[in-house]
Amino acid sequence: MSASADKIKRQSNIRCRSGKVRGDIITLAHGSGGKAMRDLIDDVFLGSFANDYLTPLEDQARLVMHDFNHKSDRLAFTTDSYVVDPLFFPGGNIGTLAVNGTVNDLAVGGAKPLYLSCSCIIEEGFSVESLRTIASAMQAAAEKAGVSIVTGDTKVVPRGAADKLFINTAGIGIIPEKINIAADNAKAGDVIISNGYIGDHGAAIVDARGDFALENTIESDCQALNGLIERMIDVCPEIHCLRDATRGGIATVLNEFAQASDLCMVLDETSIPIREDVRGMCEILGLDPLYLANEGKLIAIVPGKHAESLLTAMRQHPAGQDSAIIGEVKASPNGVVVLSTFFGGERIVDMLLGEQLPRIC
Amino acid sequence: MKYVDEFRDPKKAKFLINDINLLVEQIDICKQRPLQIMEVCGGHTHTIFRYGIEQMLPDTIEMIHGPGCPVCVLPMGRVDDCIALAEHPNVIFTTFGDAMRVPGSKKSLLQAKAEGADIRMIYSPLDALDIAKENPDKQVIFFAIGFETTMPSTALTVLAAEKAGIKNFSLFCNHITIVPTIKAILDSPELLLDGFVGPGHVSMVIGNKPYEFISKHYKKPLVVAGFEPLDILQSIWMLLKQITEGRCEVENQYQRIVPEEGNKEALDAINKVFELREFFEWRGLGSIDHSGIRVTEAYAQYDAEKIFSVPNLKIADPKACQCGEVLKGVIKPWECKVFGTACTPEIPLGALMVSSEGACAAYFNYGRIDLTKLIAEREAKAEVST
Repeated sequence: MSASADKIKRQSNIRCRSGKVRGDIITLAHGSGGKAMRDLIDDVFLGSFANDYLTPLEDQARLVMHDFNHKSDRLAFTTDSYVVDPLFFPGGNIGTLAVNGTVNDLAVGGAKPLYLSCSCIIEEGFSVESLRTIASAMQAAAEKAGVSIVTGDTKVVPRGAADKLFINTAGIGIIPEKINIAADNAKAGDVIISNGYIGDHGAAIVDARGDFALENTIESDCQALNGLIERMIDVCPEIHCLRDATRGGIATVLNEFAQASDLCMVLDETSIPIREDVRGMCEILGLDPLYLANEGKLIAIVPGKHAESLLTAMRQHPAGQDSAIIGEVKASPNGVVVLSTFFGGERIVDMLLGEQLPRIC
Repeated sequence: MKYVDEFRDPKKAKFLINDINLLVEQIDICKQRPLQIMEVCGGHTHTIFRYGIEQMLPDTIEMIHGPGCPVCVLPMGRVDDCIALAEHPNVIFTTFGDAMRVPGSKKSLLQAKAEGADIRMIYSPLDALDIAKENPDKQVIFFAIGFETTMPSTALTVLAAEKAGIKNFSLFCNHITIVPTIKAILDSPELLLDGFVGPGHVSMVIGNKPYEFISKHYKKPLVVAGFEPLDILQSIWMLLKQITEGRCEVENQYQRIVPEEGNKEALDAINKVFELREFFEWRGLGSIDHSGIRVTEAYAQYDAEKIFSVPNLKIADPKACQCGEVLKGVIKPWECKVFGTACTPEIPLGALMVSSEGACAAYFNYGRIDLTKLIAEREAKAEVST
């Protein structure tokens, strides 16, 4: 190649992509579809997520059919948008939430999560460094959960048209044969299991907002549950119901089970694991921990005869060390959740009305 | 948790319940009808439901849930006034969270916020003062609501605004006072009450003396009570003890918080900033003389009603609503014609369905009431009467 041809080639390479974002903040140019956007994708997103499906940067990820066939007979497909405020909080950030949340939505259906998408809506003026931190946290969370981020999209909106950063992730997984987990599957006599302390995420977000100047060290429980759930299904393939208790807390999930199965969920207040810090915050602010959001907690309804072996297995997994039986399923009064209070009385735990706390995930 | 769990000890609860059971056996009224005890405070109502205390008590004791939920008893017209103020273009309207969902005649504050009004939830009136400092070009209005419990903090905020020379802060004053209201209930001809679990945090401010007319003139015992479940049980026990011993007194169960004479500094602040209105409208109870509080002339510059014009329209309670009868203990919440059908916590028609401290909402949310059975019974009754 002649010297001039070489120069032209180098120049055209430079013209195509620099692979590096210039400047410290996101501008409207980064969402324009042009060179700046390409730089942003190369630098921040490919820089973090790079894998064989994503790197060609086609308009779609081309997934190999063969990967879906391992003794599975159904695909699981889900989507979720994340708008948490603040973006960074003790125990995680919007990125870890966006990966773990979608992984968990797949896993609670009994699916093995495989692939995620990542769509970002960024407010003009957002810090590139923060975006980079969030993207690399997403990749770390994805690796930990054993999934790949294989496709994505970036939009930048003018200042004020969105609050800093919103992320949408969709996910695909495969459901093994004979696994049938559903909200209407509960049976009278089943037991209710939680994989640990409830309310940590909601409490951590309240803390991180700093509106109340409370001195706390509550961390979000943000974590992927697919590993734990895989182990649970190994031990007890006939898990009846399984959901992650995100917005609305365990109260909401149990109400969904009670209504779908037309049975009564009876909770024993003394056996529900709640951290002292979280209890204290709830006392002060008049919140109910049963309604506080979680981002790494599941509620499982399982046949009583498997409860002990399942609990033992769960406690051996890092995501389930504090697992506990928190109640049982009864035939009546049907369609409601009843709490046996440690004080000795009983009360109904209803669906949440309105919003206990906005923008927690 | 220290200083919390001690007041929720199930063993002590059992002990008290046993004693309560023994005491009701000695009370003659209980052989003819259940003893009716009114807890005045919404906070007490909340505790009773949250811990399932009603089911722990013998059937011969009936708790009547009184008017002490300031959010519930706020009339629709006042909510409309709030919204008119909040929708003023230059106003930041600040409020406690539980007032957000109270329905006005057309909408709630929550709906007004969704439509674009600058309405902010705060936890202390001092937060409103901070917002006023940060937004000198805006008028910041604090929605002052509550009994004597919250009055001192509102009064002190006005005094703090005066001291700091803050001119863009004012109150929409909806404070109310509990004693005239208890008197109005006692004067009601349908009344059957046998005793009162008296307000705890109100008494922390006003002391125990203002209730003496209840025991002396109306011959009803009253026990000022705390808000933990054991406080409530002990107060009921103390009331029963008075009844069995033929006493009729004002007693103080909440001694760890309530001084006999109240809190002088708090009362001074209240008296400096506030005065009684001639009358004030209560949702479900109608107009009660000297039950409302307004800002004195000396502090008129902090009175939103003087700075802005409010519609000040009187909106009648919905006809089907039986809140007044529930408040007086004449009917139980679920005996109301619209309970659980036209009136639910989601779309409240009546005052008592609005806040979690309202008796109807508490029954609806926490109570074990078979709604389908209830509605069937109600319909059957209606058919018979037609």
